[in-house]
Amino acid sequence: MHIPLPRRSGAGLTRGLPAVLSVVSAFALWEIYVQISGISPLILPAPSRVLEQMLLNREVLWRNTVPTLQATLFGFSLSLSVAFVLSVALDFMPRLRRALFPIFVVSQTLPLVAIAPLVVLWFGFDLTPKILLVTLVTFFPMLVALVDGYDSTDPEIEELLYSMGASKRVVFRRARLPSAMPYFFAGLRISITYAVVAAIFAEYVGARAGLGIVILNAKNSFRPDLVLAAVVISSVLTLALFAATALLQRVALRWRDAKGDQ
Amino acid sequence: MTVLDMKNVGLTLGKTDVLADISMHVAQGEFVSILGPSGAGKSTIFRLLTGALHSDRGAITCYGLPLTRNQQGFAFMPQSDALMPWLRILDNVTLGLEVQGVPRKEARARALPLFADFGLVGFEHRYPAQLSGGMRQRAALLRTVLQGRPMQLLDEPFGALDALTRMQMQKWFEARWQSARWTTLLVTHDVREAVALSDRIYVLSRRPATVIAEVAVPTPRPRFGSPTPPDAHALEAHLLDILLTQTGDTL
Repeated sequence: MHIPLPRRSGAGLTRGLPAVLSVVSAFALWEIYVQISGISPLILPAPSRVLEQMLLNREVLWRNTVPTLQATLFGFSLSLSVAFVLSVALDFMPRLRRALFPIFVVSQTLPLVAIAPLVVLWFGFDLTPKILLVTLVTFFPMLVALVDGYDSTDPEIEELLYSMGASKRVVFRRARLPSAMPYFFAGLRISITYAVVAAIFAEYVGARAGLGIVILNAKNSFRPDLVLAAVVISSVLTLALFAATALLQRVALRWRDAKGDQ
Repeated sequence: MTVLDMKNVGLTLGKTDVLADISMHVAQGEFVSILGPSGAGKSTIFRLLTGALHSDRGAITCYGLPLTRNQQGFAFMPQSDALMPWLRILDNVTLGLEVQGVPRKEARARALPLFADFGLVGFEHRYPAQLSGGMRQRAALLRTVLQGRPMQLLDEPFGALDALTRMQMQKWFEARWQSARWTTLLVTHDVREAVALSDRIYVLSRRPATVIAEVAVPTPRPRFGSPTPPDAHALEAHLLDILLTQTGDTL
């Protein structure tokens, strides 16, 4: 007997409902609290005020969002390329892996507060230090995901390919790389959530423009509403990037959703 | 004509003697089984033939020529179906041809006419996860024979299936084999399967493995579907007897 399943989009909407409800009610509670307590907007501005300020300052905010987005995207692209090239090199050369992996782990122990001002000192106030800091923060989860993903390859599939006369390179391309894809996307999703925050932090330490500068100036002039406006934009950016990777994963890993009749 | 000839082959891995002294041969169009207790080194023999391992002693020849590093005499079907979950069935099946350098279009043209015989029509563009266990096994077998190698190496191809599916698959396989006559070497620990499918059976001892018996199966085919003839029964009992003395457990 064939039981028709609900269409995916409809099921997705229903699944997303609890999340939407919880976010909306959190903001509602916040708004109500501010209205009832009469707390000063210099301490805690209401969501409505943050929204109002976003509209009033939309030009300034937009002008400062562009450099942040640039740093995020360039940094993340560089990070992705570095992670991929390194992962392939480490997979083909286990010795290199043993030699370099400790260095990568150490790179993740460096406190960003200490390293960011140094990178700005060395590379100036332009885009370069932001790109480097985003790369430093985001490449490691992807590298680990790829290296672990290669190792997750079914040994019987590899043995089968070798029995067909495949070279090491062919085995990598046809078995190890596709096997690593689910792991890679898991790492990608983790990395992308760090990217925007890393870019903003790099700007905060020293830049000419960017959301980090907006936050720094707003904080110094006691404007928590503007700080929060920048925070909202940063969250929206991260969510959009996260959604983009989720979409990419859906397309790239279609085979994982293929179960039963279609 | 002899396709495969192994003479006094031995293998030691680390400190373990895996193969002590293995001699066997397979002729063109012949179906030969290797029967042995678990852990006897049956699969190790296949790994020698596919080039994953190299023997320490003895000689292995394919059509009279010694195995070289890049020999291409055997098409191997591993114990699990080893279908790639990210490839559609058609692409899984043509994998061997594509690795050999056959263009995708030609590989597909060679594969598609065989889908009917393997009961896979309509599933060309499905992913392996969408197929039943029996279908996956048939797809893996199609991938094996499509490589066009002189000999098929089947490592317990029906071992992972449930009992009913296994019987259906064995019956189907016998029919396919009778029309195609692939030269086949089958590894199994299922005595009934070995007797039903083989022309000859080699029985291995426990590790370090030697050939302790070689029996020919005279029963005419098809052997599935009709009641098992008494001589086949007697042979099964005889082989089981040999194997049970090899397991080493005294209950």
